[in-house]
Amino acid sequence: MLSFLLKRVSNMVLSLFVISIVAFIVIQLPPGDFLTTYMAQLTSAGQTVDNAEVASLNRQFGLDQPIYVQYYKWISGIVLRGDFGYSFNFRRPVTALLDERMGYSLILAFGTMILVYLLALPIGVYSAIKQYSIADYVVTLLGFLGLALPSFLFALIMMYLSNKYLGISVGGLFSPKYEMAPWSLERLGDFLSHLWVPMVVVGLSGTASLIRVMRATMLDELSQPYVETARAKGLSEARLILKYPVRLAVSPFISTIGWTLPNLISDTAIAAIVLSIPTVGPLLLTALLSQDMYLAGSIILILSFMTVVGTFISDLLLAWLDPRIRYE
Amino acid sequence: MEDEAKPLAPAPAIPDELPPTDEEPVTYATPLQMMWWRFKRHRMAIFGAVILILFYFVMVFADFFAPYEPNTRTPYMYSPPQTVHFIDNNGNLSLTPLVYGIGKTRNMETLELIYVEDKTQEYPIRFFVHSWPYKLWGIFDADLHFFGTPEQGADIFLLGTDHLARDMVSRIFFGARISLTIGLVGVFMSMIIGLIIGGISALYGGWLDNAIQRIIEVIISIPSLPLLMGLSAAIPREWSIEQTYFVFSLILSLISTTVIIRIVRGKFLSTRNLDFVTAARLYGSGEMRIIVQHLIPSFLSYVIVRVTLDIPRMILAETALSFLGIGLRPPSISWGVLLTQAQNYQTVVIYPWLLLPAVFVIFTVLAFSFMGDGLRDAADPFSNK
Repeated sequence: MLSFLLKRVSNMVLSLFVISIVAFIVIQLPPGDFLTTYMAQLTSAGQTVDNAEVASLNRQFGLDQPIYVQYYKWISGIVLRGDFGYSFNFRRPVTALLDERMGYSLILAFGTMILVYLLALPIGVYSAIKQYSIADYVVTLLGFLGLALPSFLFALIMMYLSNKYLGISVGGLFSPKYEMAPWSLERLGDFLSHLWVPMVVVGLSGTASLIRVMRATMLDELSQPYVETARAKGLSEARLILKYPVRLAVSPFISTIGWTLPNLISDTAIAAIVLSIPTVGPLLLTALLSQDMYLAGSIILILSFMTVVGTFISDLLLAWLDPRIRYE
Repeated sequence: MEDEAKPLAPAPAIPDELPPTDEEPVTYATPLQMMWWRFKRHRMAIFGAVILILFYFVMVFADFFAPYEPNTRTPYMYSPPQTVHFIDNNGNLSLTPLVYGIGKTRNMETLELIYVEDKTQEYPIRFFVHSWPYKLWGIFDADLHFFGTPEQGADIFLLGTDHLARDMVSRIFFGARISLTIGLVGVFMSMIIGLIIGGISALYGGWLDNAIQRIIEVIISIPSLPLLMGLSAAIPREWSIEQTYFVFSLILSLISTTVIIRIVRGKFLSTRNLDFVTAARLYGSGEMRIIVQHLIPSFLSYVIVRVTLDIPRMILAETALSFLGIGLRPPSISWGVLLTQAQNYQTVVIYPWLLLPAVFVIFTVLAFSFMGDGLRDAADPFSNK
């Protein structure tokens, strides 16, 4: 067991190392670097660019060094000091920027995850039990819609509906008057009233696919002989279903729980951009477009780290939950 | 003991002619026919296939179906969709559908430009009209169009116009060319590349196999949207439309390729030692022949089905990334590019028809999903049915 753990952990560290290199390369792929983009912006806005100033900025940001030196500075900062570098675009350390946004990202992602699981489980089970009923067809249709509806379109529609019929202000996580205010009960209420829109938008496709998986597994299990046996032995339908097939069908849920969180954080990016929510996704887009390499690289690295750790946790959970896997 | 000594009864004589039988001659169905029958059972899959055939047909003949050239500017910016009437000015039923001219007035309080129907000008919609000239597929000169308003000064905007006063219907039809094909090109590339790399990985084994698998794990560990965003943002803005299209579809197919590589490798490894392969080897077939003639056909249908189910994901990814401004950009025309204008809430509320390309996206994705489901039930030898 211990050797297995050690092997997995060392694999993970190696993977993360390679991921950091890949992420760094991807950031560097667009021609030029942050300063060339910045200069282009300045000149197109009509401001003159002072060569000396540019040169000093170059030195200051370390952009005149070869790539591997820049990479080494970044990675050693992370590993040795927990310092993720400096964002050129925002002129602030990356850690400060992430601190602000990560909190909202995590709340949004967690909330959506809970919402999705709470909804998908019972609906999936019900739709499997009452197969071919009207409810089943409605659920299947909703499932397909969740699959096909682009998230940004849904975000726009939800924004419109929530504004028109519920009076919720458009965009952002707070109404204008609570934006800068200190935390209070009203602010919390305002926050919650804004929060459910992105949760629904992001949660829809997740719920749809989870319902389908749940329903398929349940249908598979319900046709198994042991279900007939249990019925014949007099077990009530409700107890029977809860005790056996549901436990089996929950297995894919649990096994994917590990990487659902980072997936949600990155999937919310598009919806967050449309809804102007200050989470990590829009920050990444801005960073990529302006070639703010430390910010972009750090975000990708953190998300990948969460994915890798999440996969590991999922594997552990699955091995614990499903005895069949342990004996492989 | 005694039985062994007894001689066997003499065998019955075989007649020179076989007696006629009442059995019907044996008919059989090829696997392809059986797949088609299973596919036909899924009504939704047929429905999806029909929609897709319709979309692709319009896309191929986009010049014919579009009433305007996709980049032509008209004098009417942000015009709402025109209503098609069947009852003319005098209250008579008209068999020819007609539209009214577009008049502009201004709301004197808000100074907002309002488009109204100018009922003094009646324009019948005719079919198969001669309008703007085009080269069908770049080869044949033609000017026939499916519908139009041939009279002077008549405009027909069935789905409104956009922020640069261009007809939405024409732009949607031409946009289909990129949006519908990028998925196909992408999965085709991922299939070829996946088959080759997966095959190499399985065949050579050892460190090459290990290295390829590690690389794939790394790619999978990076969240897909940031990865796609990063790679798409790397496409230089100066590249031509064709180059951008090709590289972008390559990027989109990255995730499918990794999935295909894993599947192909797994299937190669599991079928490599089956009996029929051993038999082929004993017969003297070379490795290459075994791979191409025996192994690949055994799982090809599975790969095709998986790949078909991936097309909707690619179409949605293209739409989303172009919508964000990375990915395809104007002057390329795709449904995602068309939707870039609908990025903010104000525009959508005042000009909701700008969201119409999304409806086409939804239909396409649904159609592919249904068809993919049907294909999987019909052709996938490894599904549970």
